[in-house]
Amino acid sequence: MTGWTGLWSDRRRVWLLLGYAAAAAALFAAPLYLSDFRLNLLAKFLAFAIVALGLDLLWGYTGVLSLGHGVFFGLGAYAMGMHLKLTASGGRLPDFMDWSGLAKLPWFWQPFKYFPVAVLLGILIPSLLALFLGFFTFRNRIKGVYFTILTQALVIIVTTLFVGQQAYTGGTNGLTGFTKLLGSPLRSDSMKTALYLATVIALIAAYALCRYLTKSRMGKVLRAIRDGENRVRFLGYNPATYQMATFAVSGALAGLAGMLFVLHVGIISPSMMGIVPSIEMILWVAIGGRGTLVGALIGALALNYAKSGLSEAYPEIWTIFLGLLFIVVTVFLPGGIAGLIRKGAESLRNKTGRRNEHESGVHPVLRGSNRSV
Amino acid sequence: MSQASILSCEEVTVAFDGFKAVQGMSLSLEPGELRFLIGPNGAGKTTMLDVICGKVKPVSGSVSFRSRAGVVDITKRKEHKIAELGIGRKFQTPSIFAGLTVMENLEIAMSQNRGVWATLRASLTRRESERIDEELALIGLGDHRHARAGLLSHGQKQWLEIGMMLLQEPEILLLDEPVAGMTDRETDKTGELLQEIVKRRTVVVVEHDMEFVRNFASKVTVMHEGKLLKDGTMDEIQSDDRVAEVYLGKRRDAHAVG
Repeated sequence: MTGWTGLWSDRRRVWLLLGYAAAAAALFAAPLYLSDFRLNLLAKFLAFAIVALGLDLLWGYTGVLSLGHGVFFGLGAYAMGMHLKLTASGGRLPDFMDWSGLAKLPWFWQPFKYFPVAVLLGILIPSLLALFLGFFTFRNRIKGVYFTILTQALVIIVTTLFVGQQAYTGGTNGLTGFTKLLGSPLRSDSMKTALYLATVIALIAAYALCRYLTKSRMGKVLRAIRDGENRVRFLGYNPATYQMATFAVSGALAGLAGMLFVLHVGIISPSMMGIVPSIEMILWVAIGGRGTLVGALIGALALNYAKSGLSEAYPEIWTIFLGLLFIVVTVFLPGGIAGLIRKGAESLRNKTGRRNEHESGVHPVLRGSNRSV
Repeated sequence: MSQASILSCEEVTVAFDGFKAVQGMSLSLEPGELRFLIGPNGAGKTTMLDVICGKVKPVSGSVSFRSRAGVVDITKRKEHKIAELGIGRKFQTPSIFAGLTVMENLEIAMSQNRGVWATLRASLTRRESERIDEELALIGLGDHRHARAGLLSHGQKQWLEIGMMLLQEPEILLLDEPVAGMTDRETDKTGELLQEIVKRRTVVVVEHDMEFVRNFASKVTVMHEGKLLKDGTMDEIQSDDRVAEVYLGKRRDAHAVG
């Protein structure tokens, strides 16, 4: 690494660090310049961005497409929702259990009385479910579209279970009517700001974790599995363990995001973990640009802002816009928004005469995308 | 298995939906040997390699491998375990990881602890990077180390894959038509590479290109319809009537066989 290349990579590192610092500063300062409503919206979207990071790790890097992340998200959300419900009921039986004729709190609700336990379970349960599912699929070499269909089946099973077991889960209505968290009212301004900041910290931690994973040698093995799972096997790696580990991390991140979501929104119901939300999660990653972590973040934020803007302006037909956007991105921007930005930056760089010598021979179509030849 | 051999396949039979691709095939390799496996299309050559690397399980017969850890029966192990034991396989079409750079391809191929934790915490040590540099020099890709592997030429991809195999440090290397689709110059270079490789390990090459095979004074095994037809030197093979009949027959009329 000498000459322009070395200088360029140093420069790039500086710019990257400046970019991270600026983004973090803008996020941390948001309570100063956003209205309560906008801050709450941003907090929700940042929670979604955590899901997108985990999905990108699994899909963009490892090549495993899950259309079932609504479940992992939902399990995290329910874990926190159960804790909040128990706190709101103040030692009595939650209202919906009363209506359904339950006499005492079911055993599996007991641990959720304690906040730290609820948080732990909100991450562990989705993660273990992913590990369990991965154990039976990846080890048996169920992959590609068959795996994806199984994740859809998982969504149907879990949502049906949650709707059906009304006495234990609140049924279709889900869990709501929350009041306090750790003794402070949920709706107070200071609590909202604190929850927002907690989400920012969680997002930064999730990003750092994913970056560490993808930059490590393990990350290279993951990309190798994406490019040729069988070949990886003949190198002596067991792809199944790598896929299981990634799936578990991805599930854990979705669970974490679900917990934060409930705190911001105040309700969780089976419809929020269903088929449509699960597919939407994949759209965030596809549109943002899979295979780049920043792309996943941008996708989750951009698409949710577009969704909230469009659904306010055109409540009837906004889903059509969403569909169109997806088609446009798939056809014209296989690298997603992140790919577009990278291409723009590269053409700018070429204009100013600085070229990254290693990429200069790359066909434009391949730059920034994960297409293999 | 005999004391001398590093790999011994005995009476191996492989069936796909009733069709016997390999029938009672035996093959024994001595350490450090270069063996060519030839035969007409459908003779079962590639299937034999599949059996040795664990991709295909035979319906009967045994494959014993004298690894560093002792003698193991290959037919009872999974692919990644067999690879770990020291049998490396190069497939017919170059199968490198297109989305990774040349350097990254070599880095993950290198012999190492292949568990998730180990790779998560691994960083490229000085020794490892020297090993990769040596390999890059051998396969002639030193100038392309940061290029995306998917963008290399066909020949370069094949060499990269051979480099990956070597870093895996297998005791037995299985190569399936390494020069197929190569230009003459590329074929020559691959031949030199192969000469270099056999100095250090046992190699089995499936090959169609008779010119290429003739460049090496080594033992040749001819397969036909899933069975062993003949073992011997190239001269013995070429003077064998049965071989000429099933495999070289057409060429004899032309010019190739003496």
